[in-house]
Amino acid sequence: MKLVLKGGRVIDPSQSIDSEMDVIIEKGRISGIERDFPQKESGTGVRIIDCRGMLVVPGLIDMHTHLREPGFEYKETVKTGSDAALAGGFTSIACMANTDPVNDNRSVTEFILRQARAADGVHVFPVAAVSRNLEGAVLTEFTDLLDAGAVALSDDGKPIVHSGLMRNALEYAHSLGLPLMSHCEDPGLSTGGHMNESLVSTELGLPGIPAIAEDIMVLRDIAIAEYTKISLHIAHVSTAGSVRAVRDAKARGVAITAETAPHYFSLTDEALAEYSTNCKVYPPLRTADDAEAVKEGLKDGTLDAIASDHAPHSSIEKDVEFEYAATGMIGLETSLALSYALVHTGILTERQLVEKMSTNPAAILRIPKGTLQTGVDADVTLIDPGRTWTVDTSLFRSKSRNSPFQGWKLKGKAVMTIVSGKIKYDER
Amino acid sequence: MKLPRKDILGLKDVPRDEIALILDTAESLKEISSRPIKKVPTLRGKTVINLFYEPSTRTRTSFEIAAKRLSADAINISTSTSSVVKGETLIDTAMTLDSMNPDIIVIRHGASGAPHILAKLLPQSIINAGDGAHEHPTQALLDMLTIRERKGAVEGLTVAIVGDIAHSRVARSNIYGLTTMGAQVRICGPAMMIPRGIEKLGVSVFTSMDEAIANADVIMMLRIQFERQNNVMFPSTREYARNYCLQAENLRHTRKDVLIMHPGPINRGIEIAPDIADGPHSAILDQVANGVAVRMALLYLLSGEQE
Amino acid sequence: MKGKKVVMDAEGIDRSLTRIAYEILEENKGTENIVLVGIQKGGVFLAKRLGRKIAGMEGDEVPLGILDITLYRDDIMTRDRKPKMGKTDIPFSLDHKTVILVDDVLFTGRTIRAAMDALMDFGRPKLIQVAVLIDRGHRELPIMANYVGRSLPSSLWEEISVNLTEKADADEVIIEIC
Repeated sequence: MKLVLKGGRVIDPSQSIDSEMDVIIEKGRISGIERDFPQKESGTGVRIIDCRGMLVVPGLIDMHTHLREPGFEYKETVKTGSDAALAGGFTSIACMANTDPVNDNRSVTEFILRQARAADGVHVFPVAAVSRNLEGAVLTEFTDLLDAGAVALSDDGKPIVHSGLMRNALEYAHSLGLPLMSHCEDPGLSTGGHMNESLVSTELGLPGIPAIAEDIMVLRDIAIAEYTKISLHIAHVSTAGSVRAVRDAKARGVAITAETAPHYFSLTDEALAEYSTNCKVYPPLRTADDAEAVKEGLKDGTLDAIASDHAPHSSIEKDVEFEYAATGMIGLETSLALSYALVHTGILTERQLVEKMSTNPAAILRIPKGTLQTGVDADVTLIDPGRTWTVDTSLFRSKSRNSPFQGWKLKGKAVMTIVSGKIKYDER
Repeated sequence: MKLPRKDILGLKDVPRDEIALILDTAESLKEISSRPIKKVPTLRGKTVINLFYEPSTRTRTSFEIAAKRLSADAINISTSTSSVVKGETLIDTAMTLDSMNPDIIVIRHGASGAPHILAKLLPQSIINAGDGAHEHPTQALLDMLTIRERKGAVEGLTVAIVGDIAHSRVARSNIYGLTTMGAQVRICGPAMMIPRGIEKLGVSVFTSMDEAIANADVIMMLRIQFERQNNVMFPSTREYARNYCLQAENLRHTRKDVLIMHPGPINRGIEIAPDIADGPHSAILDQVANGVAVRMALLYLLSGEQE
Repeated sequence: MKGKKVVMDAEGIDRSLTRIAYEILEENKGTENIVLVGIQKGGVFLAKRLGRKIAGMEGDEVPLGILDITLYRDDIMTRDRKPKMGKTDIPFSLDHKTVILVDDVLFTGRTIRAAMDALMDFGRPKLIQVAVLIDRGHRELPIMANYVGRSLPSSLWEEISVNLTEKADADEVIIEIC
């Protein structure tokens, strides 16, 4: 049975393809990209999907999500997270280790992969913890975790404060070929804070987290990467200072990669004026200047990837006083559309968007994805760039509803998601 | 004459004429507290609930007396004795109270924004009696009433607010209220207690108390919030008092008719010297009396059928 | 504005007030234990004028108080717009006194009812008497006036106002059809 995606604009940066082509899928793999696949072959073991007006791109990869299983299944499970990802156009997601128990040992990694197989949805790539129980004191067993199926390491949710531990972790991970993703936060400056420190936090009477809480640790990590000559990935960049630091580091030849999340270029700290807990996130929403710097960083290549940092929380954690609310917002089902707005406003080209959401995440995680080369697993996303829709979280496939984008009118949507050659989401 | 709002959550966007209405009404109601029978029947049969998540004797008592002088039924709920200790959420508590059909809910809470949650959820009028470091509108209103009484008007005066500005809801509400009513506001405190961006609210910023109070018409001393610090900010009370305790020597360069105020309770010897607190410039006790009048005014103006 | 008629002019008002002053003195046999309380807003200036007339007649100053009854109104909670509150100042005891409540127009009787409730909160008067310049009828409560300047039967769609030079251009009582 052949599946032909016909007549769409195929954009695959890994092969420098950007033109109207037909993508042919056979036995779960890409068997070729051609021009003018004969229409009359339809019906004879061939299914043709009309992709005119759409973008056909390598399956999108969200390299930063929280699936909450094991331990917090009431917020999300691997299955519901996978469903949400498919609806958002993703074929692969990487999930962080701050579950309960923490993914700091092989049994949790294997459990997550087992749940992913049972869900039969997107490809799930576990990111295991750097330190035991995320305590930042003792390293986990990297070899064992790699063997169990972890693709990368991160203590995300918490920073690695001890610089010596960070250096050791980076060197050890590198020797095993494991990328390390850093959550940059100086707790000495951030503890007690609930939102960005600015006039807005002063007016709201909420303790603030200054931008330097992030900048300081970004600079520290860059220094360690430079000294050890080892590549390091910076998670969820939110400040102008961080963007500048990464830009300068790259200019010096330091092997740094960095990601940002859609909320950092779609919202500012002014969104918190009504104490809306769905806007409470770490790193916090920053000022308009920071948002502009993030967009500039995406445009000039300083920031390599867009990752949602999908962080489900239930009403129990969110329908409370702002200070007591948990931080985080869901993002799998809005990430593409919010990022596509950057194309609509001329900040990114379509090709650059695909790089940020597919090509580069694959390269950073060192997984064989993000491409439509002949022979690879057929992970493909169909995007309708003109589709307008209104965000209605009650229709979301995620178990949680904590999105600040409820009611937003967006333009651009993934209308079909194909994983390993199977159509797992179709909203055409 | 009516307040065009259901709730009093803060003074940030309250226009001048509304503040004036509240102060004028408070002035008219003040006389009731000096009658032999300190009661009028106006809010007879109305229920006012005081929901206090933070301990407070003076504010809660002030609201209770205000309600009772208007013949309303005042119910006090304080967290040490309530289901909140058992882990009930704010929203559940609010819905429970709502089912008992109160008319006005007064809330004091340690988390900024808590009154907003109630105001959005409940049909009753909500009065903010202090939320976190955000606002304490009734305090600022009674402060302005006191200033108006002693100085004739708020407009054109120079008011210095001294203390831990960063954590002070009293400071914020006063900044909004006083600038709206046309005063020049100066704020002063240790450098690490000056909140970010505060100058954008139209105030002048000082770290030297003597400079801040020079030629000021009113000096407002704030409580130093040792119980609210997250970071250990200040080295010691001794060091604080050395720089920011208002004493007789500091008054040498102020105006002869300067007015001294404090929201209370006072930390004698740390924020203000005893002889100053009890001296002729002090309006601290007037503030307390005006507190009852201002709260009566708000209960009166907010109650009744909403069109 | 359909029709506006002056039913009492400055002279008429003055003569009525003079007569009321004499009647008060006659009824109470002098000024002993009498106090005047003017009801905000219409009764305050009238009470002051009566006070001056009585002083002119008997040579005694009768204590004068002013009373705002807004907080005692029976319709305060059903009104969308709360009326502006005036000053209340009764700087003397009412116990054992004869209180002459003074108002400009007696209509439904509810204002006098509210005023009496207020007076009871100030003390225990021995007697309460009511003096009004105009009684326009349409009582809704069993209230009467002891001293009336003029009875003016009116219909419900007429508005009667008393203007005094303390605040307006002339002393006059006006009927207006709404």
